[in-house]
Amino acid sequence: MIEVLYFAWVRERIGIHRERIETGATTVAELVEELSGREDRYAAAFEDRRAPRVAIDQELTDFNASLKGAREVAFFPPMTGG
Amino acid sequence: MTVRVDPARFDPGAELNAFSGGVGNAGAVVSFTGVVRDVEGSLSAMEIEHYPGMTEKAIATIVDEARSRWSLADVLVIHRYGRLEAGEMIMMVATASRHRVDAFQAAEFLMDYLKSRAPFWKKELKRAGAEWVEARDEDEKALDRW
Repeated sequence: MIEVLYFAWVRERIGIHRERIETGATTVAELVEELSGREDRYAAAFEDRRAPRVAIDQELTDFNASLKGAREVAFFPPMTGG
Repeated sequence: MTVRVDPARFDPGAELNAFSGGVGNAGAVVSFTGVVRDVEGSLSAMEIEHYPGMTEKAIATIVDEARSRWSLADVLVIHRYGRLEAGEMIMMVATASRHRVDAFQAAEFLMDYLKSRAPFWKKELKRAGAEWVEARDEDEKALDRW
């Protein structure tokens, strides 16, 4: 089980802030593909031209990253702090 | 080092005085304060979302990197989240060092990284509707100079 979190417009698109997912995906890209195939709202978020970023266990990474040992995966837009 | 991620308002003057009073023999203190802009009179407020847990870690990593690059006596980072009205202070960075170059450069470095590597997202609440602020290419390019 992986805890998946969504922030900002990714959260609004998908409609929830977090969920627990049972997945066989081994990489972030596979997880995204699995979610996108599940419902349109996921596909709409991940296909957005503004391209969501990803963090695994609160460390910024990329879509090729392995999910081995991952407890928490978060998707969000490019950050706009400061 | 002090990092505060907090929805509460803060007084930049009081923060700067307290920070400056605690830096001992450092000869230079630089500070930056970010304020909610009223974009052409159309912004009524701003909503800032963040990623609790990752935010604190990301800021600590950025501050550690600054401390490894410059000789700093102390660093202060305050960043708010939640709803902020136009004219309110969003965030503040202060650096202290023996010589001013370190304090200036570290403050700029911290600002550049906080902007695109700390998990905050701004939403502008305008009279015409709400809109997420989009990250700008320049902000990403700004990291290259470091």
